[in-house]
Amino acid sequence: MSEETLKITPLHAAHIAAGARMVPFAGYSMPVQYKDGVLKEHLWTRTHAGLFDVSHMGQARLRGEAPLTAFQRVTPGDFKGLKAGKQRYSLLLNASGGIIDDLMAARPDDDGLFVVVNGACKDNDFKVMGDVLAGQVEIERLENRALLALQGPEACAVLAAHIPQATSMVFMDSAALEGFGTDVLLSRSGYTGEDGYEISIPAHEAERVWNLLLNDERVRPIGLGARDSLRLEAGLPLYGHDVDESVSPIEADLAFAVSPRRREAADFPGAGRILGELAGGATRKRVGLSVLEGAPAREGAEIADVDGKVIGVVTSGGFAPSLSAPIAMGFVPPAFASPGTRLRVIVRGKPQLAEVTAMPFVPHRYVRKL
Amino acid sequence: MRFTKDHEWVELDGDIATVGITAYAADQLGDVVFVETPDLGKSLKSGDAMAVVESVKAASDVYAPLSGEVVEANGTLGDAPETVNDQPEGLGWFAKIKIADRAEFDALMDRPAYEAFLGSL
Repeated sequence: MSEETLKITPLHAAHIAAGARMVPFAGYSMPVQYKDGVLKEHLWTRTHAGLFDVSHMGQARLRGEAPLTAFQRVTPGDFKGLKAGKQRYSLLLNASGGIIDDLMAARPDDDGLFVVVNGACKDNDFKVMGDVLAGQVEIERLENRALLALQGPEACAVLAAHIPQATSMVFMDSAALEGFGTDVLLSRSGYTGEDGYEISIPAHEAERVWNLLLNDERVRPIGLGARDSLRLEAGLPLYGHDVDESVSPIEADLAFAVSPRRREAADFPGAGRILGELAGGATRKRVGLSVLEGAPAREGAEIADVDGKVIGVVTSGGFAPSLSAPIAMGFVPPAFASPGTRLRVIVRGKPQLAEVTAMPFVPHRYVRKL
Repeated sequence: MRFTKDHEWVELDGDIATVGITAYAADQLGDVVFVETPDLGKSLKSGDAMAVVESVKAASDVYAPLSGEVVEANGTLGDAPETVNDQPEGLGWFAKIKIADRAEFDALMDRPAYEAFLGSL
């Protein structure tokens, strides 16, 4: 895609002013890093607070007679049981149980469901939801809203100066409130493994809010490069790399997103395949890998057993700044998926020792209770 | 010191060429976290991939700026890859190559030419 056809977020000028290196991502011109560079930005987020522009992601309201019930037709989550003020991670599934996208769906208020999906998938996601749920929900895409993420151990204290109520939320709480002199859809969640918030605000307020937050010396802007290394350490899959339409929630090690009530009812897309895999029928599983020697193993690197037989592939990998070591995620048959299993990753033709490692690689620091 | 359009530098001492990546290249890569240097005795043609330098987010090839045989690799980069960022055109060198043809060296850009090239990017 050429530069001219890339979309920009409401913070484009602010990124340029901050010295960002811009790259094409999900059809947008996005900051991959600022002046500090990926390594320092990563470590800053783990020790202070990092501010991310994720306005390329798709935000929408789903409204209707019974939007929660309707949403269950395209996901394996228990949305009928989703209380106001709560958010849930879920998966948009195709008829064969493959993952069309992963998403967050919340009830910040009584105005239906507030859904956030991946930027690269958003047009298709909302088309699929619109097609399957035609006549049951109205989808209003919130293209006039920006989305910021404030992540890290100091995120709560930073945000509390602007939105005192933020301190009384726990992980996966969602709220519609007044903050920064505007209307905010706030959730205590993120994609780094750290405590933090995702902050939806009107697009025309984005630059003002961005600058307000950056005025706090505990906050630095963080690009997509560090966003990727942070989520990798946190064991969180990246759609389009670790997960795609061929991969089921069970293969992706996202069984927690298939609610017990829905398993019993077997009433979600691809239930036959997914329940079969839950009963032991999966042929591959997403695992974490610690690369114990040599170069980082990156997306596409083959995974072999100790005898050299290729058994799988790395779907994302790189250097983990918090561990000062290479880590990866990839798919292997279940027989090789137990933590401690010794494997090889093939990097530029050379087999290197790796070990299946329980994820997250770096412990999550979500605030689950106050 | 001479330079390539792929942002390698070469310093020649007799028939031994020391090769590294330029300060510009190191800055573009960002923090270097892993370096794979060439094996001793490896025979290189100008333009061959001779080493790999990796940042947090990507791996990049380093190309041989001239033909010859690898006679030394910078072993300190294994434990201290950040040297490539700290002193790209000094202690962060990658390998020493015994060159076959001095004319290849003479054909590379000198510093003013390289800086003019950078200005054109």
